[in-house]
Amino acid sequence: MPNSSQTEVPSNWKENASRIANRIRLRVLEHVLTNNGGYMSQACSSAELFAALYTRIVNLAPSEAPMIPAPFKGVPASNNSLYTTGGIYNGPQAAHLDRFIFSPAHYALVLYATLIEVGRMSPEGLKQFNQDGSSVEMIGAEHSPGCEVTNGSLGQSISQAVGIALGRRLKAETGRVVVMMSDGEFNEGQTWEAIASMSHYKLDSMLVYVDVNGQCVDGKLNETMNVEPLQSRLEAFGARVFSVNAHDLEALAAPAELAPDGRPIFVLSYSNPTQGLPLLQNRAPKLHYLRFKDEAERESYLTVYQSMLANMPAAE
Amino acid sequence: MEILSKVHATNLVKWAKDKPQVLVLSADLTSSTEVDDFQKAYPDRFFSFGLAEANMMSAAGGLAREGFLPFIHTFAVFIYRRAFDQLIDSVAYPNLPVRMVGFLPGIVTPGGITHQAIEDVALLRSVPNMTIVEVADATEIESILTGTENIRGPIYYRMLRGEVSRLFAKDEPFKLNTARILSTGNDITLLSSGICTEEAMRATTILKQRGVAIQHLHISTHKPFDDPSVIQACSEARLGVITMENHTIIGGLGSATAELIATNGLGKSLQRIGLKDTFAHGASKPYLMREYEMDALALVQTVEKMVGHDLDINEIDLQSVRLQAVHSAAKAEAL
Repeated sequence: MPNSSQTEVPSNWKENASRIANRIRLRVLEHVLTNNGGYMSQACSSAELFAALYTRIVNLAPSEAPMIPAPFKGVPASNNSLYTTGGIYNGPQAAHLDRFIFSPAHYALVLYATLIEVGRMSPEGLKQFNQDGSSVEMIGAEHSPGCEVTNGSLGQSISQAVGIALGRRLKAETGRVVVMMSDGEFNEGQTWEAIASMSHYKLDSMLVYVDVNGQCVDGKLNETMNVEPLQSRLEAFGARVFSVNAHDLEALAAPAELAPDGRPIFVLSYSNPTQGLPLLQNRAPKLHYLRFKDEAERESYLTVYQSMLANMPAAE
Repeated sequence: MEILSKVHATNLVKWAKDKPQVLVLSADLTSSTEVDDFQKAYPDRFFSFGLAEANMMSAAGGLAREGFLPFIHTFAVFIYRRAFDQLIDSVAYPNLPVRMVGFLPGIVTPGGITHQAIEDVALLRSVPNMTIVEVADATEIESILTGTENIRGPIYYRMLRGEVSRLFAKDEPFKLNTARILSTGNDITLLSSGICTEEAMRATTILKQRGVAIQHLHISTHKPFDDPSVIQACSEARLGVITMENHTIIGGLGSATAELIATNGLGKSLQRIGLKDTFAHGASKPYLMREYEMDALALVQTVEKMVGHDLDINEIDLQSVRLQAVHSAAKAEAL
């Protein structure tokens, strides 16, 4: 597929973000076809959310990280001075800038595709996905592009973000801490501990976006362990909550424009896990990971891919 | 012997005075972990997290990423049992300078299974990037924060509270990975840690009178554990080595010593005093130390087996021993 480009940016941010969202789905589908597997439904459900976060909601500096991620530099240790987190792909930190904390590590492929489509990583970077010795890991680690904290054990990122937000408050920094989570993380007790502390400390610098796709590894989340009603549960914890359509860019961005009122903001982004790829619905209710059963199934996805590609506006 | 009260409480307030980066995080055990004075002195640097250790551990990681030095204070069991996943992912993996101050080590509390940290050293020793230290007296409590100040990664402190003896001279501070040589001798090498050191000192005085030459080293750093003086002392032990710890004998000081003896090819027999692969229950410290054979008498009996004859030492002899704060033997010899 053609490379993304920063040269042609539509004047309307929504038009731009919509184009990026479609390209995220296309790129993830291409990757799944090439690798005979991948986290496809996560791209379908969250493409608009990632596009809106990176182009509109989160105030980040341009990345100064290499467009093609460097090989893995070793685990953090007192004798490893080369180590950096993947947060460098979200640009240098500054007091007035936001921080983006990516939580559901299984969405890493969607995050990498987003970084490519917004010009923070080269398409070649994705070729290192799940390759030995690479930092572009399958389950995102904190050294993977776009990640800043260790997040693969779900429910820990929001608490780490609480620490970051408290620390930034102590330093009188004005930037916000924006967290992206999945709804499955609301099964974890730690998530609710974190929400209680956000409310207790009035962390209105925190903005949490949740991809509520109703999916988990075993199938439907409400059948595995129900988390609903999330809106009223979160409100009961003292949060300021907005339930929005995950594929409506305007609705996603609006809560981020509000003046802080002492409450942490949660945006419940209700999504369709097969949005933009209705063919995937054939695999419901198990949508966590797409691996083709046979060549015929792969062919059916290839046909859809080619059609999506043909309908994609060409980038400059 | 001098007995001091709330040593950590006083020391932390003093030590943190000119260190604005030092924060204290508490999980509803603020006075129980002696940070109530800190809270009063520096309210802006104190964070109450309630009964929610998992969130507190991960948040400490976040604060450390922002350049702060967060000191988690709670009972040791709640640090490594309840929040082990968070300890590893949010703190140890990224090698962040989070300080975990764990109270109620081993059988010092009548709180029973839920409050007695008997396998903390075993678990945490296996976690990469960790530093593990343990205090035995007031001098170590007073000096351990300074003695570990420059460590970049996470530190677990096995801490004591309330009334604490001064076993070691006030002018001989804690030194990382450096054993205190409390007595010298080539029959038996004894390595003790935490509250077991005071107990061991009751016995070593009499054992010396009975003609057993014991090289007694006090261990306050569990990880790293490669002090050359410990290797040297183990190699010199004619009849073997004894470890004595307020912990299960699996995975703690006893196991670390076994690894050290084997790794260095020293070929010495090893007797481990501690909880012998058993849980304890709720009761007083002296009762539990006797019941589980972790006291001075247990040490005497172990030594008797090693020397091969009865040394005619009873509990009254041991209780009548008057301890005084000691200088390390190494320094005494240098004087």
